[in-house]
Formats: sequence, structure tokens, C-alpha cells
Amino acid sequence: MTDTSKPGFYEDAGATGTFLDANEMVLNMGPQHPSTHGVLRVILKLDGEKVLGTECIIGYLHRGVEKIAENRTYTMFNPYVDRMDYVASVSNGLGYCLAIEKLLNVEAPPRACYIRVILTELNRIASHQLWLGTHALDIGAMTPLFYTFRDREEILKIFEKYCGARLTTHAFRIGGTQYETYEGFEQDVKKFCKFVAPKMDEYEELLTTNRIWLQRTKGVGLISAEDAIAMGVTGPVLRASGVKWDLRKAQPYSLYEKFDFEVPIGINGDTYDRYLVRVAEMRQSLRIVEQAVDSIPEGPIMAKVPKVIKPPVGEVYVSIEAPKGELGYFVVSDGSTQPYRVRVRPPSFVNLQALDKMVRGALVADVVAVIGTLDIVLGEVDR
Amino acid sequence: MADETTPKDQPTPPQPEKPAETPAAKADAAAPTTEAKLAETPAAKADAATPPKPAAPAAAAAKPAAPAKPAAPAKPAGPTPQPWESEMTTTLKRQYGSAIKETSTYVGQKYMVVDPTVVDEILQLLRDDEQFDYLVDCTAVHYPNREQQFDVVWILYSFPRNERIRVKTMIKEGDAVTSATPIWETANWLEREVFDMFGIKFEGHPDLKRILLPDGWKGHPLRKDYGILQQDTEWVKINLGIESGQ
Repeated sequence: MTDTSKPGFYEDAGATGTFLDANEMVLNMGPQHPSTHGVLRVILKLDGEKVLGTECIIGYLHRGVEKIAENRTYTMFNPYVDRMDYVASVSNGLGYCLAIEKLLNVEAPPRACYIRVILTELNRIASHQLWLGTHALDIGAMTPLFYTFRDREEILKIFEKYCGARLTTHAFRIGGTQYETYEGFEQDVKKFCKFVAPKMDEYEELLTTNRIWLQRTKGVGLISAEDAIAMGVTGPVLRASGVKWDLRKAQPYSLYEKFDFEVPIGINGDTYDRYLVRVAEMRQSLRIVEQAVDSIPEGPIMAKVPKVIKPPVGEVYVSIEAPKGELGYFVVSDGSTQPYRVRVRPPSFVNLQALDKMVRGALVADVVAVIGTLDIVLGEVDR
Repeated sequence: MADETTPKDQPTPPQPEKPAETPAAKADAAAPTTEAKLAETPAAKADAATPPKPAAPAAAAAKPAAPAKPAAPAKPAGPTPQPWESEMTTTLKRQYGSAIKETSTYVGQKYMVVDPTVVDEILQLLRDDEQFDYLVDCTAVHYPNREQQFDVVWILYSFPRNERIRVKTMIKEGDAVTSATPIWETANWLEREVFDMFGIKFEGHPDLKRILLPDGWKGHPLRKDYGILQQDTEWVKINLGIESGQ
């Protein structure tokens, strides 16, 4: 019998043919599989329907973002970060801009911070809506997809009106934001808040007490708080395991300390709790947006930043709470116009590592549920 | 590149401020003699400011520098590393002596540089005794002109303390680092990525192989001697059946 606890077991099994005489089977899932949300390949070791072990093969979408950074100026690299987590590009841009601002020792003016907060939180809602729709679709509930995509469209419209792009927005610049809010921005945002709040109840009506949903998600993909911390898991996945930790509260950036919001946490650390946490997070994001748009200050939107950005020699690590978890940038400057090294700490990559732990002993169908609940974006996993 | 940009920059206002930042920053570093050093800075400032304004006499040149001053002290608040002393660093220094090469903060971010021989012990100790229970990231930086070519960096966070630190070590080409996987499980993939991108080996890693690039790929792309357009042509030919992936 093959020792499935060993990494790379499937290669041994294949080479020696040992799995043929046992009741075990190696099943390949992906990279072209609708429920892997991109190009993720998972090799499953099965005993009937039971998962004995998994191995993730990633890198199909590797574009060498970190290498590109070393060959571009600080400003030129800015739009590239949008292409990592492309459903939450605003968060990526915010993290990058904050990191370079830290290197330059400048701070974005309050008005810029407020615009950043509004757009980032709208993007968090959009990201969670996309997650909810596709995750529910994976599990077999088709209706939420249409609901969430309908409502997400309104956010993308605001983005489009603000900066001309819907997905890869490149909304922020080092030192602030490039664009002033357009006329009617506040009204649009307020209108959206009013529009979407009851829609969130609709999502919940469809799923929260739905018996099929409960059976597919309750107790599935369990991860304890200790395991989650040891695996470096962050974001809603960590919070659903009962760890009340959100970088927006723990180490506030971009004036998040000014806003009143809760950090929702789960109890059991299963797929259902992660669903509840994310839905609650959408409501909290809405709260932040409402507060921010009501109190958006007047003033400049760009700090004084030299035209040619040449940060002093040094290295910084700056991280933000992206919709998927802790998104960090470790930037090393050698005093030139190009970064010496940019390391992106991607939440999806680190969270995906926990997949094996979460599905061992579960059923094949649960693997699909757990990949969905981890909310990975392969553009960010592979970079 | 640098030669092209510098002449363009010099006449613009931001540039003259820049060289003046360094002396002011140095003054901040030496806390006790700040006053004396600050007295020196206007002179340095005047020197720096003179070239772009050749018409102004020396005394007049010193004056326009003065209004720029209030902005300057706020800016260089961090640009030089400051010593970082705490209970933790003194304990570590007492225990490991010269193996802890540096403990500093840079723009408020704490880091320590340690000897590669003890880095695994220090990481273990930081997790067990100092509550750094979360390994945020493990990465590397390549400096080809240095004898010790690689910086390996661990970014740690402590949930109970809400504190973030970086542990850095420098190693030579071909040297191995002890894997942190027994300490934090998350190190598994992070170290595989460092191995993939830099070719740094981690001793004791359960399954050290490439993670983002294909297994048979030759070369480590994030090394500085690996060109941006470089590729493993042989691999591309065999596996993709094309001459070049470009």
C-alpha cells in the first residue's frame, strides 16, 4: 500500500504500480476544471469516495510579476499589481501604493485616503459577491450567481465611471489617487448602498437556512484556529475559525481607524461559517462605505511626490487586509528608479496550502466545496 | 537610465531637497547630539541648494533653505536604521552574542540580522518564547556583487503582541538554510518558492521541489543574472514544441 502521508506519493504509486493492487485510486482534477476557479490542478488520492491526500500543482498562470517589477520603474509597475488578484484589483493597488509611500516616507492626504477606503471596500463587496456566486454554483445552487453578478455590476459601473476601467482599475497612484471623484460619485455610492443592503438579505434567504446548502457546507473543510495560524491562513478563512484578527483593526492603514465596523468571526471553522463570515463582512464593508462617503473631507488628492520616484535605500514590508486575507508587499529599494526587489505575499497562495489539511478524510464532492470556500484567485496564487 | 534622469531632475525643486535629507537623517540617528548636528545641516543645506541658484549670494541661499526646513525633519523620520533595543533583543543578544549581528528599526519596522548557523534556533525561540506564532512570509533577495550573495528574510507576526518583525540572514551561493517547516507548517510552500526562484536549498524540508515553474526547468528566474527575456529554450522546445516562448 502506498504511503499517502508522504508528499509526492502519486509519483511513486504511478511508477511502481502499487496503487493498482489496493482499493486506492489517483484522480486528476484540473487544470481545466470549472470548479477550480482557474488553472489549478489537484491530484487526489482516493479510497472510494474518501480523500486520502491531495497534491496541488500550481504555476500555470505564472507570469513572473516579481521579476517584471525589477525591470520597471515604481510608477510603471503599479498597473501590473492589478493583474494578480484581478477580482480585487483595487486592494492590490492600495497595498502597493502604501508600500512605496512608506519607502518614500509620504502619506496620502485624507481625501485620497477616504476615496481609497470607499473604492477598496466596494471592491471587497464585489470580490465577496463573485465568490458567493461561484461558490454556490460549485455546490449546486445556481440562482445566487445571477443575483450576485447583477449586483456586482453596479459596483463595476461605479469603478468605470470613476477611472474608466471595470476590473483592472489602476485606481490609485503612489501618493494618493489620480482622479478626483466625478460629479455625482457620492450620490452613486449612496444609491448603491441603499440598493444592495436588501439584496444581501436576498442572498441569505436563498442560502442561510437552505437545507441542501447546510448539508453541503456544515462540518465540511474544518480547520481549527491553531492549524489555521500554523498554516499562515488569513482573511475570512482564519476569522471563521474564531480568530478575531483583521489588519484593518490590528494595524490600521489609510485612516481605517476612523471608521466604526465589526470584525465578524465564526465558531466552527467550517465552510458554512466561512460563508456567514463573508456575508457579514459585506455588510460591514457597506457600513464603512456609508460612513466614508458621508464624511469625505475636502482637500488635495495627491501628496507631494517627486515626478521621478527614487525612494531612499531601504526595505519595507507593508500589508493590507485584502478580501482574501493578508496581502503584503516586501519592497527593497537600492535608491534607483526601479525597485531592487518586490516580493508579493499573496493570501491566496498561502491559503491554498491549507487545502490538503482541510479535505483529508472528506469526500470528493467536498473538495470542490473547499476550493470554493478558500476563495482563491489563481492569478494571485501563481503571480 | 540614471544618467538620463539626473540632469533633468536637478533644476526641479524636489531634487535640491533630496541630498539635504541625508545629513538631517543622520542627525536624527544620533539622538544626543541632535542640536549640534542640526546646526550643521543648514550649512549642508546651503551647499546643496547653491548649485541650482548660482545668482544668489551665500547668505541669501541659506535663507530660502530655511523655509524648506520644517518639511525636511518630518520626512527623514526613518530613512536611516535606528537601533532597536527591547527586552527580547537583549535576551537574544545575551544568549547568542555576536551571532545577532544587528537589531534595528527602519521606518518603524523592526528587523534583526542573524548568523545563518543559528537562524533556525532563533526562529524556534521566537515562536516558542516570544509568541511569534505566525510566519507571514519567507523570501530572499539576490545581491550578486556581495560575497554572501543572498538575503533570506522571514517576516513574523505575533497575534498576542500585535507585533511584526523581520529576521534576516545572509548566505553564500550554494549554502543551505535550515528549513522552518517544523516550526511553522506554512513555510513549506514559501520555501519551495524561494528554492524555485533563487535556488536556495532548505535542509530538512519535506519535499523541496519547484512550485511555480515546471519541474524540469533550468535556472532560477529571480536571480539578478537571469535576464528578463531569458528562458529555458531546451525545455520550451521539448515540452511546447516551439522555438521560443517570447
